[in-house]
Amino acid sequence: MRMANSALEANETFMYQVERVKKKNRKLSFIKGMLFLLPSLILFSVFLFYPMLKTIYLSFFLTDAKGATTVFVGWDNYKEIFTDSVFLKGMKNTFLFVFYTVPLTVIISLFLTVIANEKLKGIGVFRTIFSSTMGVSVAAASVFWLYLFNPTMGLLNKFLELLGAESIGWLTDPDWALFAVSVTTIWMNIGFTFLILLGGLQSIDSSLYESADIEGSSYFYKLRRITIPMLSPTLFFVITVSIINAFQTFGQIDILTQGGPANETNLIVYSIYREAFVNYQFGSASAQAIVLFIFILLMTALQFKLGERRVHYQ
Amino acid sequence: MSQVELIDITKSYDKQKDVLNGINLSIEEGEFFVLVGPSGSGKSTLLRMIAGLEEISGGFLKINDQTVNHLPPKERNLSMVFQNYALYPHLTVEQNILFGLKARKVEKREQQIRLMEAAEMLGLTELLKRKPRELSGGQRQRVALGRSVVSHAPLCLMDEPLSNLDAKLRANMRVQIRRLQKQLGLTMIYVTHDQVEAMTMGDRIMVLNEGKIQQVGKPITLYNEPENLFVASFIGSPKMNLGNAAFFADGNHLIIENQLHISIDPDVIMGVPKDRNLKVGIRAEHLFPGESKKDHIHHLEAVNVEQLGNETLIAFEVGSELWTAKWPGQWTIEFGQKVPVQILPQYLLFFDVETGQLIQSADIGKLREVVTI
Ligand SMILES: Nc1ncnc2c1ncn2[C@@H]1O[C@H](COP(=O)(O)OP(=O)(O)OP(=O)(O)O)[C@@H](O)[C@H]1O
Ligand SMILES: [Mg+2]
Repeated sequence: MRMANSALEANETFMYQVERVKKKNRKLSFIKGMLFLLPSLILFSVFLFYPMLKTIYLSFFLTDAKGATTVFVGWDNYKEIFTDSVFLKGMKNTFLFVFYTVPLTVIISLFLTVIANEKLKGIGVFRTIFSSTMGVSVAAASVFWLYLFNPTMGLLNKFLELLGAESIGWLTDPDWALFAVSVTTIWMNIGFTFLILLGGLQSIDSSLYESADIEGSSYFYKLRRITIPMLSPTLFFVITVSIINAFQTFGQIDILTQGGPANETNLIVYSIYREAFVNYQFGSASAQAIVLFIFILLMTALQFKLGERRVHYQ
Repeated sequence: MSQVELIDITKSYDKQKDVLNGINLSIEEGEFFVLVGPSGSGKSTLLRMIAGLEEISGGFLKINDQTVNHLPPKERNLSMVFQNYALYPHLTVEQNILFGLKARKVEKREQQIRLMEAAEMLGLTELLKRKPRELSGGQRQRVALGRSVVSHAPLCLMDEPLSNLDAKLRANMRVQIRRLQKQLGLTMIYVTHDQVEAMTMGDRIMVLNEGKIQQVGKPITLYNEPENLFVASFIGSPKMNLGNAAFFADGNHLIIENQLHISIDPDVIMGVPKDRNLKVGIRAEHLFPGESKKDHIHHLEAVNVEQLGNETLIAFEVGSELWTAKWPGQWTIEFGQKVPVQILPQYLLFFDVETGQLIQSADIGKLREVVTI
């Protein structure tokens, strides 16, 4: 009996020691993990978390021209923006802009990807060309298109002239401005989308196609039954990123139209910028930014919810 | 059913040196034909050329007496099981199996009939609604087989389909594939680098090395009368024991590896030149235990012993070579022990040192009847 007891005790002390060592190890690994995270934590805090909290804070105040808070107004800034016609117009424009650019970008890129994935001589040249806009900055691309859109000297109107059609004020006509900006954006985004999709396409095991060939599949059957489903995670990624990008469009608006004519191309980020740095309404600009943030968050969450069911992951 | 003929086929990638060279071969209808060879010998390349996935650089490929060099894969009327199975990961087992039938627009009813038939035969009935990632290796293998079964193609190509499976499953699948092939009367071209698989499954075997045919023949023929040193050492497990040898001036004595002196009855070695260096070979099971025997006894030093349970593998040092003997039963032998071994000259194979060609195969091998029931 005594023997058994002492054995039990020895066992307990042993267990206790094991527990202690385990605890120590856990603490050690926590500290190590933190050390690894520290650089990004610091960067995120300085450039992301702090500005974000500051924005939320600002959105409840009126400010002076320097951005210093003056009067606490609670939810008033939020209430106001939903009756502000400029903001609402910006929202509408943004949705239209997403609707114009995202599907077309993805469809065109997908088409280019599929043809650039053929094993042909000199296909590398085309791949380089298709992905080249990836290396062009927003500013350079916008200036480039600015020349194309130029009402008198621009290539596009010259071309219309040649066809005997009337020239179009691409960036000055309210009916055409948003369209023109969309075309520029699509052109700019194709490079990135193309590159990502090509990567996705090339990671599909070639033996799947060989096997399908032997089984007698036609080109479109393979496209429909293999390529598109196998590419769906990549497509999903590209669509999500494109939508977020479209919501955040700024550079090309600033260079091409400055939001005009008649606020037709005033997208929401640009309108926030105007509110803050032209009208010096930092409070309501912050509120708009928060609303935009929540919008993008909800959209993305919704996409993931919908996407999960349709997307096939390996 | 299909009959395949290869006439002087060559293959080179990007104008580099030939991967395959002068392949002449005829595969009969309903035959189980095994392609075997070490890694990089060109087995997959040959198979892919037959399937039409790889361009033929030279020569003619005929299927049923028709030259098919320029036909695309889908018009060659064959099925293929890929080494990695090539299952579509986003489709269920059922959709995977029916993929080809849908592509060829086979009638819906017919599709279901063939599906059920194949599922039954391969034991996949329970698994039809699953995705490939939810299957074990052996089950995936069976789905890949199912795809080729439902196609009803008379010619079936398989590229090392069992290489990813464990030993037990592999043995089981060997039997299943073999039975399937006989049941459906398929012409099968089966690639493997495993010589046991080749021996056990093939009606005929072709040994390939560095893009050249080494020998084509029945498994037993390859085993008993290998045409050259490569086939001799490639076919059979453990591999054939080989050693350099020369005759004494009188022509009645053979010295192997400067160590073993064997007296030979001249009748046994009629066709062997006496004035040249030779390579001799002897199978592991033909190095007999020598204790209760009198003639042709040699005492060899055992350097390794492997107990397999029903038999024992003993490695001996013979000159610079290691020879392995396979003895039935369980033997207790110490490392370094001198063991009496009987080496009968009738069992020796003679090869030309320079060309590696067979000069004379084992006398006994030819005499001994393969037991037929
Ligand atoms: N696409 C290619 N381009 C250039 N050389 C190739 C190509 N495919 C195969 N080879 C070469 O052809 C030779 C034969 O290759 P193959 O795949 O037919 O070998 P294998 O006998 O199937 O080998 P394993 O048993 O390893 O599968 C190898 O030397 C290989 O390097
Ligand atoms: Mg291979």
